[in-house]
Amino acid sequence: MHVLKLIFKNAFRHKLRTFLTVLGVTIAILAFGLLRTVISAWYAGVEASSASRLVTRNAVSLIFPLPLSYREKIRQIEGVKGVSYGTWFGGIYIDEKNFFANYAMEPKTYLEMYPEIIIPPDHMAAFLRDRKGAVAGRKLVERFGWKIGDIITLKGTIFPGNWDFVLRGIYRGRDNTVDETAFFFQWDYLNETLKKAGRSWTGQVGWYLIVIRDPGIAADVSLRIDKTFKNSLAETLTETEKAFQLSFIAMSEAIVIAIQLVSFVIIFIIMAVVANTMAMTARERIGEYAVFKTLGFGGLHISGLIFGESMVITMTGGVLGILLTFPAAKIFSETLSAYFPVFNVATETIYMDIAASFLVASIAGIFPAWRAVNIRIADGLRRIG
Amino acid sequence: MSSRPLIVRIRNLFKSYRRGSQMLPVLNDISLDIEEAEFMALMGPSGSGKTTLLNLIAGIDRADSGTITVGGLDITTLSETELAGWRANHVGFIFQFYNLIPVLTAFENVELPLLLSGLSKKERISHVETALRMVNLSDRMDHYPGQLSGGQQQRVAIARAVVTDPTILVADEPTGDLDRVSAEDILELMERLVHELGKTVIMVTHDPRAANKAHVISHLDKGVLNARPQADF
Ligand SMILES: Nc1ncnc2c1ncn2[C@@H]1O[C@H](COP(=O)(O)OP(=O)(O)OP(=O)(O)O)[C@@H](O)[C@H]1O
Ligand SMILES: [Mg+2]
Repeated sequence: MHVLKLIFKNAFRHKLRTFLTVLGVTIAILAFGLLRTVISAWYAGVEASSASRLVTRNAVSLIFPLPLSYREKIRQIEGVKGVSYGTWFGGIYIDEKNFFANYAMEPKTYLEMYPEIIIPPDHMAAFLRDRKGAVAGRKLVERFGWKIGDIITLKGTIFPGNWDFVLRGIYRGRDNTVDETAFFFQWDYLNETLKKAGRSWTGQVGWYLIVIRDPGIAADVSLRIDKTFKNSLAETLTETEKAFQLSFIAMSEAIVIAIQLVSFVIIFIIMAVVANTMAMTARERIGEYAVFKTLGFGGLHISGLIFGESMVITMTGGVLGILLTFPAAKIFSETLSAYFPVFNVATETIYMDIAASFLVASIAGIFPAWRAVNIRIADGLRRIG
Repeated sequence: MSSRPLIVRIRNLFKSYRRGSQMLPVLNDISLDIEEAEFMALMGPSGSGKTTLLNLIAGIDRADSGTITVGGLDITTLSETELAGWRANHVGFIFQFYNLIPVLTAFENVELPLLLSGLSKKERISHVETALRMVNLSDRMDHYPGQLSGGQQQRVAIARAVVTDPTILVADEPTGDLDRVSAEDILELMERLVHELGKTVIMVTHDPRAANKAHVISHLDKGVLNARPQADF
């Protein structure tokens, strides 16, 4: 006879109670995993950003542009390997709830700086040929059922009017950390249209994207760029892409902290649930444990039985919860792709699930084990009958 | 009276329980000798301290003072861990309510005390089979306690008690929960343990018929003991 067998038999002695507890753990671990995934999705842009890319923007605010003439000056600054630029377009596709990122950019140089964005060569050629051409991410295309050659109309918010684009390319991410829900088109098209209409923002860009020779010199190059434009009409603020992404997230940091808190509260609650189950179980079996002790089994054996049972119940729920996290995250990612372009269950999340399950099982076993080990045998035996 | 060696030797044993601020004396200067292969019945009114005395002899409770020597070893000097090891090797327990583990089969219940013995799997199997054959339950090895009658469960419990070949067997009202026929059965089995295997049995009982099977009947009343050998012993 194996001790493990006894532990398993004990764990499933009260079928309904064990089932409910396992269900509770499953749901808790699932919820915990999804919340942790939401948090990592929040930081996905930061994680995916490269340490050798800098972003230069207007020092006052992102809503103010920079002149295109800065491009040449930046290119000449020591340590700069390449310069490109883009402008946030902020167009709406049919309805506001269809939100996705869309911006104008200088096609050749911009995409060279993003090796993680993969466009088939024929798509790329078609995109470059068509002034009104646009490229969209694979997930975005799937979401709206677009096809190559479709005319996509965006309603301008910053730049009023209806803007027609022709879908010329579909890009994929090099790996699953790349946002596949963005939409971009040629900056020249934006600029010429604005010029024709006699609007502001002509010859202006929203940001410069800079590739540097080596991530180690990011701080120096940033300083040099900003110094160059000091006391000019449009002073600049240069930071790494990572810092740039973080500055967006900083605005919603409170929400992230709240989610983090809730995720730990869930673990805390399930700890109480499992602890209650284990306490009930151990109370009922105090006589049995007394019999074990009578036969000569020691405190280690008894605690082993109790912790083992706690582990079996919690780990069953934990494993089920982890397994369910993947399909649940997939459904989440499909319905929330507008908010979380990258929604992957991280390996760290699984580690945290396992750690949380272990913690719950251990803590739930402490009190019952302590009681069972310390009760006097004679008293334990008196409980029977 | 007899020249058989002493297996249990109790001298000046005191035990009291604390109830609130009051001390409740239960055993008051008990001295007792039990010979090897003796079948002793311990009788007395409810609350007289029979279970308490049995527990002290079996090493699952602690006396306030006095000595309990079992097989030459004064067990009052042992630590908790030493005592647990000693119980595993030297004491077989039979309880009123059988106290089998409900999720284990008859076979596994009997095997339980052997898990601490360091015997190989093969040796354990042969020991368990021998013990179950002795209590005449070879055909019920795979039954769970819930699938056995009270008398059968008590026989499994007896097999569990003897499987380690202990020095003494202690039984606290082993027939208290059984009908007459099953009780007869169990008592016969205990007699056989004494006569055929030379076991020393200390049995607490309320039943005079059960006590009559014993060689010696000790009466415990208000914490004081008086022994009286059976006429035919
Ligand atoms: N843990 C305890 N705490 C306090 N008092 C106790 C404890 N255990 C037993 N007693 C008291 O000690 C006395 C003797 O108890 P014990 O169980 O030994 O009696 P008994 O002779 O076995 O009785 P019965 O025939 O009813 O089983 C009783 O008065 C009982 O209430
Ligand atoms: Mg009693």
